[in-house]
Amino acid sequence: MSLFERFFGKKNSADNAKERLQLVLIHDRTDLTPAELDSLKDDLIATISRHVEIDAQAMQIGVEHDGRSQRLVADIPLKAARRRAKRSK
Amino acid sequence: MPAQVITITSGKGGVGKTTAVANLAVGLALEGAKVVCIDGDIGLRNLDVILGLENRIVYDIVDVIEGRCRLKQAMIRDKKLPELYLIPAAQTRDKNAVSPSDMNRLIKDLRNDCDFVLIDSPAGIERGFKNAIAAADRVLVITNPEVSAVRDADRVIGILEAEGKGPGALIINRLNPTLVKNHNMLSADDVLDLLAVELIGVVPEDENVIISSNRGAPVAFDSKSKAGQAFRNIAKRLRGEKVPFLDLDHTGGLWQQLQRLTGRK
Repeated sequence: MSLFERFFGKKNSADNAKERLQLVLIHDRTDLTPAELDSLKDDLIATISRHVEIDAQAMQIGVEHDGRSQRLVADIPLKAARRRAKRSK
Repeated sequence: MPAQVITITSGKGGVGKTTAVANLAVGLALEGAKVVCIDGDIGLRNLDVILGLENRIVYDIVDVIEGRCRLKQAMIRDKKLPELYLIPAAQTRDKNAVSPSDMNRLIKDLRNDCDFVLIDSPAGIERGFKNAIAAADRVLVITNPEVSAVRDADRVIGILEAEGKGPGALIINRLNPTLVKNHNMLSADDVLDLLAVELIGVVPEDENVIISSNRGAPVAFDSKSKAGQAFRNIAKRLRGEKVPFLDLDHTGGLWQQLQRLTGRK
């Protein structure tokens, strides 16, 4: 990587390759496209919201891998009960 | 002890399957093992030219399977190593001339007659690949540190797991230490991170591979070649020996050397 590239933050090609492969391999291994992941996220929001109030905007869902096994990981922030109580008044 | 049956496969073509089979066969035979290698690439045979045995072919694997000759008649003995044999692929037939059960039958007959059977798989994940892995005790997946080859290797590793052929062990072929050093090629560690399988060897890019295949004498015969050394080391690992991985980076600075000394790298 040249000084110029370093200065302007251009990534070297090996990092590029690795990041692209990480994403491609997740989809190859799980057969789950980004669009399907989005629709799964919407379904999850709808289902969970029936039971508890969640912060749908801040919800994160993604596929992580541990060795060769894949794991669906969702981070779903709950709205504080205090705020809910105020609003219900 | 019955032979260990090892298949070398890759998904993608042109990553070095045939070269690896030829060199591992030579490496094992140099160690005194009796080795039979089988060209599984029916219709596109090449293992014969890499081993320099193309002028000795009389019968091929399809002749054995269809009963036109005995197994021994199709086994071509190497010019230099009397314990190394090749069963060539048929050139005028296609992959459907052989079935996985044909392969199982053929290899059952070979098992008590040698120490290692090495099978060169064709590229792809279709019939020829299925034939090549049918009788394997162990599968080696070979790849290059390059996006398309790594992606295909991952597919193949997934299929091997699904077929109950284990996760396989990985050979990283044609690694260019200078490109890796400049962060313009995936390092062996990067590839292992991505594929999460056991590594059995890293073979550096080496012009001697082409020179030796021009001559029909695999690079494993060349005691000065780094690639030859890497293949001979893999052969030893296949025999169960513990051989340290080659240090491919001679140009490492003081910091790298210190890291290596303290076991951090």
